[in-house]
Amino acid sequence: MRDVAVIGVGETAFGELWDRSFRDLGIEAGLRAIQDAKVTADEIDALYVGNMSAGKFVDQEHVSALVADYSGLADQHLPTVRVEGGGACGAIALLQARLAIASGMHDIVVVGGAEKMTDVGDVQAAQILAGTADQEWETVFGATFAGLYAMMARRHMYEFGTTREQLAAVAVKNHRNGALNPNAQFQREITLETVLQAPWVAEPLGLFDCAPLSDGAVALVLCGMDRARKYTDRPVRIAGSGQASDFVALHDRRDLTTMDATVIAGKRAMQEASFEPKDIQVAEVHDNFTITEILAIEDLRFVPKGKGGPATEEGFTALNGKITVNPSGGLKARGQPVGATGVAQAVEIVRQLRGEAGKRQVTGAERGLTHTLGGTGATAVVHLFERGD
Amino acid sequence: MKSGIVSYGAYVPRYRIRPKDIGAVWGADGEAMGRGLNIRSKSVPGPDEDVITISVEAARSCMAKVDVEPTDVGAIYVGSESHPYAVKPTATIVAEAIGAAPVMTAADYEFACKAGTAAIQTCMGLTLSGMCKYGMAIGSDTSQGAPGDALEYSASAGGAAFLVGTDGVIATLDHTVSYTTDTPDFWRREGQRYPSHGGRFTGEPAYFRHVVGCAQLLFKRTGTTAEDYDYAVFHQPNGKFPVRAGKQLGFKEAQMDTGLLVRDIGNTYSGAILVGLCAILDEAEPGDRIFAVGYGSGAGSDAFDLTVTDGIQKLRRDGRSMKAMIEDAKFIDYATYAKYRGKILLREGSA
Repeated sequence: MRDVAVIGVGETAFGELWDRSFRDLGIEAGLRAIQDAKVTADEIDALYVGNMSAGKFVDQEHVSALVADYSGLADQHLPTVRVEGGGACGAIALLQARLAIASGMHDIVVVGGAEKMTDVGDVQAAQILAGTADQEWETVFGATFAGLYAMMARRHMYEFGTTREQLAAVAVKNHRNGALNPNAQFQREITLETVLQAPWVAEPLGLFDCAPLSDGAVALVLCGMDRARKYTDRPVRIAGSGQASDFVALHDRRDLTTMDATVIAGKRAMQEASFEPKDIQVAEVHDNFTITEILAIEDLRFVPKGKGGPATEEGFTALNGKITVNPSGGLKARGQPVGATGVAQAVEIVRQLRGEAGKRQVTGAERGLTHTLGGTGATAVVHLFERGD
Repeated sequence: MKSGIVSYGAYVPRYRIRPKDIGAVWGADGEAMGRGLNIRSKSVPGPDEDVITISVEAARSCMAKVDVEPTDVGAIYVGSESHPYAVKPTATIVAEAIGAAPVMTAADYEFACKAGTAAIQTCMGLTLSGMCKYGMAIGSDTSQGAPGDALEYSASAGGAAFLVGTDGVIATLDHTVSYTTDTPDFWRREGQRYPSHGGRFTGEPAYFRHVVGCAQLLFKRTGTTAEDYDYAVFHQPNGKFPVRAGKQLGFKEAQMDTGLLVRDIGNTYSGAILVGLCAILDEAEPGDRIFAVGYGSGAGSDAFDLTVTDGIQKLRRDGRSMKAMIEDAKFIDYATYAKYRGKILLREGSA
């Protein structure tokens, strides 16, 4: 398969961007990535956009052509594709774009991810997000997204003795990293007490165990590795990708404390890249709730099953710890514009591998991983990256 | 020549309910809600009180402080978002009640919570131009919060009346500026019983953008800074927003404390900044400078820079003060509150 590299990245700030529209955000991120890659409009072969629910958030469907149009690419008549896969849509868009280049059909593809979530009230936003769970068997019976993840947390506490403090340690760490990221929604450190004393959202998950609703957009420019050096001295190679699905409803899963989709997607990616978890220095994993990051670092085999809590508490995943997890601040502190998530994680890893991450730079980052979930784990996507210079 | 405040009067119903008692009904932690909003209690209008009675009480209290002939009051504007009539003014009833009718003009205003300050600006223009000797601006509300909604913890009742003129001024209105955009943060459509709001959108892009923007405009126009003022008062939808905005602008808590009535009486909407201003005028001394910025959803801010004159010493301030009105509180439970606010469905034909 033809090697594919990331040659450009762009992002907007994440947050409650009241005065920015969906299309504003898409344009800003897209143009930044294109400028970063130093490609011209006529060199772009296709556009892939990860977006979960612009139809419900801003009443706009058909966002693939829209983003191309408002980025000044309408007269290029590009094939444009919008990808939906719950919270994983950005990561799937990246995988599809990679395949399009690997197949030889395209040479240069732009991958975008965007969501504008604050045009609706917070209750409505939560309902839209819950649409990625099983509507007929979960949400109809009153399950909320936080409630489903709370059940996973409860079971993890029961099985492995994970504590509230260990869950909270994820939020404290990610806020500490977010404080170093000028594009993060929350750039303030928080204390363990703040997390522990916050009101419940769904016990044992409190307000600070949950990622926020955010607006934001990100973009990558991908190129065949054989041509990448024409544009950059520091291409970042996509070394492997894995995607897997699972039962949509949580109650149908084999195990509440393991996301099989993550395990399998991780194995597939590692197998393709011939990597081992120990080869990774930096990872951006899905942390829409604190428990999710604990499950992810276990299911990706960074730590043994059940040890995610203590490992986090002991600083194993801290910035420049044994393996740095979520240096960007993660969904928790950087923000969670759902459709953008998978692409945003890739942008962070590319910056880390290029040595451009500023105060949150992971020393000696050679290989990185992204892990993105859709729903409560019915979809998982893992991408592996390595320096291509 | 400057126009200014000639007299003022306020009215806040004596009934109060605590956040704890509201939360208890809805299975929420009302005490935490109250702490978050910096509200200890909110005022509740009695079953026979509405914007008309509150406005009349405030207007009478205002007229009682001075020897102004009611017939010299050539204009009355009542700002509210809870006028009892959709068609038929509150202002005419106030005019009759204080004896200002019939050779005068009157109208009701609506601009969410800042209709009262808009009325002050109108009266400034009318009196400065000589179209009338005095104008009366009233802001008063019996605001609506849907049962169980976050607004229910703050939406309260009260109002204040200001007599504006160029003669016998107790505080000059030295400057006023406004800052207005179309920002739909909070609204209630015709026929709707309760307002809708944009949640967190009511904060940064709405309240803070307009209040802080308008205040900075006034600083610029007047060449002043926060340190030049003895008192500052802001629209107070809760006890948190005005303090945060004030601090952003460089004010200290001591400057804002007197006018921050929301902690005890809740958000009186069109009355909120005006009752705060009344509390300040109750204790102000000649020479004191007051910085006031109102806010109305939808959205806009009116800012005023006032200087208290020697005239305030002649004002009869021995009547019922804001402090006394706030202390005269009768706490009620949620059932009584629900009854008083007409939230209980009664048999048809009963009162």
